[in-house]
Amino acid sequence: MTQRRPILSMQVGLLFLLPAMFFVAVFLVFPSFWVLWISLTNQTLTGEAALRPQFVGLANFRALFDFENWMVRGYFGNALRNSVLFVIGSALIGQAGLGLAIAWAFYRRRGLLRELVYTLAILAWIIPDVVVAFMWVAYLDRDQGTLNAILSALGMGRVDWLIERPLLSIIVFNTWRGAAFSMLLFSSALATLPPSYLEAAAVAGARPWQAFRDIILPSIRSHIITDLVLITLWTFNTFTPYLITAGGPTFRSEVVSIYTFRIAFRHFEFGRGAAVAVVMMLINLALALVYLSTLRREARAR
Amino acid sequence: MKVVRRVLSRIGFSLFAALVGAFFALPMLWLLLAPFNARGTLAVELPRPFTLANFEAVFANAFAMRALLNSMLLAGGTMLTVTLTATLAAYALSRAEVPYYDLLTYGLILFSSVVTGTAAMVPIFLLANALGLVDTYTGVILAFTGGLLPTAIFILRDFVEGLPRSYEESAMVCGATPWQMVRDVVMPLLRPGMMVVGIWAFVQVWGAFLIPFVLLRTPERMPAAIAIYSFYTEAGTPILTLTSAYALLYALPVLGLYLFVNARYGFRFFGGIKR
Repeated sequence: MTQRRPILSMQVGLLFLLPAMFFVAVFLVFPSFWVLWISLTNQTLTGEAALRPQFVGLANFRALFDFENWMVRGYFGNALRNSVLFVIGSALIGQAGLGLAIAWAFYRRRGLLRELVYTLAILAWIIPDVVVAFMWVAYLDRDQGTLNAILSALGMGRVDWLIERPLLSIIVFNTWRGAAFSMLLFSSALATLPPSYLEAAAVAGARPWQAFRDIILPSIRSHIITDLVLITLWTFNTFTPYLITAGGPTFRSEVVSIYTFRIAFRHFEFGRGAAVAVVMMLINLALALVYLSTLRREARAR
Repeated sequence: MKVVRRVLSRIGFSLFAALVGAFFALPMLWLLLAPFNARGTLAVELPRPFTLANFEAVFANAFAMRALLNSMLLAGGTMLTVTLTATLAAYALSRAEVPYYDLLTYGLILFSSVVTGTAAMVPIFLLANALGLVDTYTGVILAFTGGLLPTAIFILRDFVEGLPRSYEESAMVCGATPWQMVRDVVMPLLRPGMMVVGIWAFVQVWGAFLIPFVLLRTPERMPAAIAIYSFYTEAGTPILTLTSAYALLYALPVLGLYLFVNARYGFRFFGGIKR
């Protein structure tokens, strides 16, 4: 391919880029570096430390990784453990598993049933946060909730889900909330497979499960990696569980994003809050680098 | 054997579809029924008696209506800022020789995925505080703009790449300035892409809770996502009749936009468009 002459000169191109880059630089790039500095101070919202925050070195990080209280409820280790369970349960197993199952079940099928399931999943995904939070608080209510009504009709006992099983509740909620993304991603990945792949497998006598395992999964491998990295990133950072359990009762569903919020915006200890934010961003950075390297590999393979 | 297996797989498929459909639909039923129920309830039951009085009460509540307008202002303001600046940037990335192009694009993806959610709120709040932007719409709109721009630029760049260059080349021959070319040639052609990005940005801000919750102070400036928590009795329990009616009103624009996008363009899939 010959290199075509660019339509815009470099100067005009940079001029056009300027407004967007200004906003990104000021409200995205600069804060991410500033937070590093804040995490080394004792900055608060009010009082002496708000006006003249002092440099405290790594004290905030040492407090965060204080292994004496590490796993005690309300401390960082507990939040980290909850986040790991939350991500594994709701993203890696829940969203990706359900999304893949739906995409595979409706593979090369059309019709009303598909439209219905896809529309419902997408609705669950796009309705505003606070509205889905109210829906789920109602759904999981001990006395009036729909889930308990169904369970008791089936002869099972009522459970006060948000009190007795808070972490499980937000895991199931987040599966419901985000499965649409994986479903749509895997559907479009499956749609690009040539039908001859499966026909050849059927002729060779492969069972559907074998065809799925040996043909489908390997051919959408890169999509699966992309999906897993992105939903891990989003699930790790989501704040919506706060609207359902507020991290409680007694911090039993406090994930890292809620912990950060509590330290920074309930206790207004910005120095410590910034230290948690830095740890969160380092975890995000690791995930994003995995994502970028898969993008790179795909671009090279193409 | 083959017939049996086919029947079994048909049954299995129907069962799976029914279970998945129920899993997604059941939590939503409350929002469809409770707003029309004269008695506040968390249960899914037919409204007894059926009423529209909840909506009348919400419409008569000036604070709640003001909050919907506030959401409109925040979402509309962000939509305009993001769409216009992202269009220019996407056009430049596609049509000019931008130095350090790879570094720039990878850097954008990296920062937009790393600086996100609650972790980003600490520095953004302190920045807004330092710039005097706490409790202003400008602060909220700019905080959203910074977070949404990278994704918006990448979606729009794909749309620009799909445009034939011949129109722009003709415009250039006719002596159009770069800005005239963008305004009169590129933007009209790019309308579908700008619509997609605009609607996406609007829905993001309309549904968001955390950023306005952290950055705004004055109750009268709060958007609907926060005002919905004002329908509480003095004892601190939600007034479910009003909360559910308001929740439905607040969700309607998103549902409307979804139907519009679906009918007009088909719900096309852009990696991660929702977030």
